[in-house]
Amino acid sequence: MKAKKNKQLIQNGITYAMVIGFWAVIQLLTAGGHISSLMKGLLVPLCIYAILAVSLNLTVGILGELSLGHAGFMCVGAFTGAFLTRCMETAIPSVGLRFFLALVAGAAVAGVFGILIGIPVLRLKGDYLAIVTLAFGEIIKNLINVMFIGKDSRGFHFSIKDSLSLGLEEGGVVLVKGAQGITGTPRAATFTIGILLLLLTLVIVLNLINSRTGRAIMAIRDNRIAAESIGINITKYKLMAFSVSAALAGMAGVLYAHSLATLAATSANFGYNKSIMILVFVVLGGLGNIRGSVIAAIVLTALPELLRGLNDYRMLIYAVVLIVMMLFNSSPKAIELRAVVMDKIRHRQSESAAKEA
Amino acid sequence: MSFLSYLISGISLGSIYAIIALGYTMVYGIARMLNFAHGDIIMVGGFAVFTMVSTLGMAPMVGILTAVIVCTALGVTIEFVAYRPLRGASSLAVLITAIGVSYLLQNLALLIFGSNARQFTSVVTVPGLKLAGGRLAISGETIVTVAVCLVIMVSLTAFINKTRIGQAMLAVSEDRGAATLMGINVNKTIAITFAIGSALAAIAGALLCSTYPSLTPYTGSMPGIKAFVAAVFGGIGSIPGALLGGIILGVVENLSKAYISSQLSDAIVFSMLIVILFVRPTGILGKKINEKV
Amino acid sequence: MAMLEAKNLGISFGGLKAVDNFNMTIEKGELYGLIGPNGAGKTTVFNLLTGVYKPDFGTIHLDGKNITGKKTIEINQDGIARTFQNIRLFKELSVLDNVKAGLHNHHVYSTIEGILRLPKYYKVEREMNERAMELLQVFDLDREYDYKASNLPYGKQRKLEIARALATEPKMLLLDEPAAGMNPNETAELMETIRFVREKFDMTILLIEHDMKLVSGICEKLTVLNFGQVLTQGETSAVLNDKRVITAYLGE
Repeated sequence: MKAKKNKQLIQNGITYAMVIGFWAVIQLLTAGGHISSLMKGLLVPLCIYAILAVSLNLTVGILGELSLGHAGFMCVGAFTGAFLTRCMETAIPSVGLRFFLALVAGAAVAGVFGILIGIPVLRLKGDYLAIVTLAFGEIIKNLINVMFIGKDSRGFHFSIKDSLSLGLEEGGVVLVKGAQGITGTPRAATFTIGILLLLLTLVIVLNLINSRTGRAIMAIRDNRIAAESIGINITKYKLMAFSVSAALAGMAGVLYAHSLATLAATSANFGYNKSIMILVFVVLGGLGNIRGSVIAAIVLTALPELLRGLNDYRMLIYAVVLIVMMLFNSSPKAIELRAVVMDKIRHRQSESAAKEA
Repeated sequence: MSFLSYLISGISLGSIYAIIALGYTMVYGIARMLNFAHGDIIMVGGFAVFTMVSTLGMAPMVGILTAVIVCTALGVTIEFVAYRPLRGASSLAVLITAIGVSYLLQNLALLIFGSNARQFTSVVTVPGLKLAGGRLAISGETIVTVAVCLVIMVSLTAFINKTRIGQAMLAVSEDRGAATLMGINVNKTIAITFAIGSALAAIAGALLCSTYPSLTPYTGSMPGIKAFVAAVFGGIGSIPGALLGGIILGVVENLSKAYISSQLSDAIVFSMLIVILFVRPTGILGKKINEKV
Repeated sequence: MAMLEAKNLGISFGGLKAVDNFNMTIEKGELYGLIGPNGAGKTTVFNLLTGVYKPDFGTIHLDGKNITGKKTIEINQDGIARTFQNIRLFKELSVLDNVKAGLHNHHVYSTIEGILRLPKYYKVEREMNERAMELLQVFDLDREYDYKASNLPYGKQRKLEIARALATEPKMLLLDEPAAGMNPNETAELMETIRFVREKFDMTILLIEHDMKLVSGICEKLTVLNFGQVLTQGETSAVLNDKRVITAYLGE
């Protein structure tokens, strides 16, 4: 009984220690001047992708539903956060405080979107969820690309045509410029902040999993009908997992927005290929394996950038690895085969143990 | 008049969606899986035609025939290598694998053909029509697309209702276990379904690229997703549903491009999906599938 | 007052009457069997009683309360727990967590308390662990508490499913072919366990079973279902000697 609890504590501890260790190593390397500018530019994205992968794993690995709209939630968070930071420029001069509020707001708005999307969709079977989340991501991207928001002394102005039709007074500012997005967000995101947010994400996700709520979510994943039969509210817990996952993606989006001078809702930034890339991290790290997600996100983001020559083949390799991993992990034949092999190993171990005794 | 011409080009686009949607709907009905890579088979078909016609200078019909053969072989191979081993695995695993296959096809095409858009030469040789004193022009592509779509719908319905293989498909989609007991080879039936769906995707690819003559490795992915939306809209598993869903989607997309905003047309189409799933999750013509407890 | 009273229940699927004019009364504390040939509609009756299907006709009362047409989770909260013919465990969860999932509605703390690890989290989790271990002991599963549920041998998986159902503190337990796939020794042991559960938890039990030895050994009353209709019902010995029952099982 005790042993089990400790095992879980140790497992989570290793994950936290790994992240903190990574931070410390990078700090040391930076202090010693051993870090290339290329690597420096990667540090914040590494944290962003790790947060995205961990949060997507909550939906895919723990809840067992496929979401292809994670980049959409990230996009919602990014624009909410950047908009807020720009809006409050005069009201709150402190960049740090604005960044903090932006993080909270970005996560909250993305979480609300998660609930709004989740309500109609989570009643449906898995394949539909995938396609609807994908659709959601595209909708968000399209909407932001036609959105113009300006501000003058009379308040906010809104248009879906162009900045001129906002009809701003003299001295008014255009905050959101359609396809050009939001410019002038302070680049406040640092590696340390990124790591802190990653740790926060890990605490939330790991504690959630190892709680009453997490048990209910995984019960639904493993057998929805049985979960219902023991009185677990399917919709409530699906929504909870889905919205927490969305909120964390939103938070990662705010971090992303504050690492760029210009934030635009392009396909490269928030298209569904981005969602699929995050999914690749999750699958390669292991479905339901939170630490795996962190490792996969960091390694797969850093490696191809460092080994430039691989870049042409990177997506191809991802694709092949994705297919092979799924076949190896989920095909009934492969599972059977592995069980046989494991049995043999166990058999041999017990035999040798018997001999020793 | 301009409304009519938007409507007609919408029906033409919708016909292409309908042909693609057939592939989704048949595979979903029979193998119970969302073949995410279906859209990319369209792209492969497009490149096959392009290579034969534009690069090697063959006749358009030869190009289309090659594309059909290539795509059929590809569809069956994908089913055999990637999907068949996962029969009985969770739908999540199958879907992720399908995404992997989609990714693989796109990136292979990217390596072979590069990311620059290729100018596609139309395979349609039928002349266009001018009606109402030249104020309403209907292109040859439109005429051929709509005609091909109707021919496919009619012959596929006949195939399923009149042939043994078609009946086997119905049986497998109804109850796989019972079909096996009746002596139907489920694996073979599913493979044939993939073959037909992929052959249709090749034709859709040729028509799509003839109407919108720019070809990249990503050409198939958006129309593929929209065709899936069309299949869901019409009711997944239903052939008339695919036609209905495809046409509605094509018309809505074109009209909203013309009258609302070209940037928002995709958003409108996708919002329709969310609305229909909320109001009627089985689509317009779909049946309810009960889960066995 | 009867623990369970089903009156005139009926449901059709695509024009086929799966269950028709079904009446059954089970008194508190009874061990009641629902038998019949394959395809007679026994599991359909279970699905009607637990809200998986909504009946086209008829009413269901549990302990005097009308539960007709309620949802599965509501019916579970009203006091019916069940097991399944094809075992439905939470495969990836541990044995202990399967039972703790069953305790979900009786040992409560909020999600926030769980994430922030507030004192209530530790207190309730401790209670849950104790209660779950007690239940596992009843079924002799306590040593395997940290096994993955899918790694348990078949007989123990069936027991774990019963333990999980009991964790929801039901008034009544529905067992769908609990002895399916068990060898005679396991079945004998299961009979003991079912009897023990009835005594210890003061439980009313309704079970579907094909194993006549088990049925005649532990059930006090039986309802025989044939082609969706009640063929006969009453005291076990009387029912089993009924000619019509023998004919239904063996054919003409």
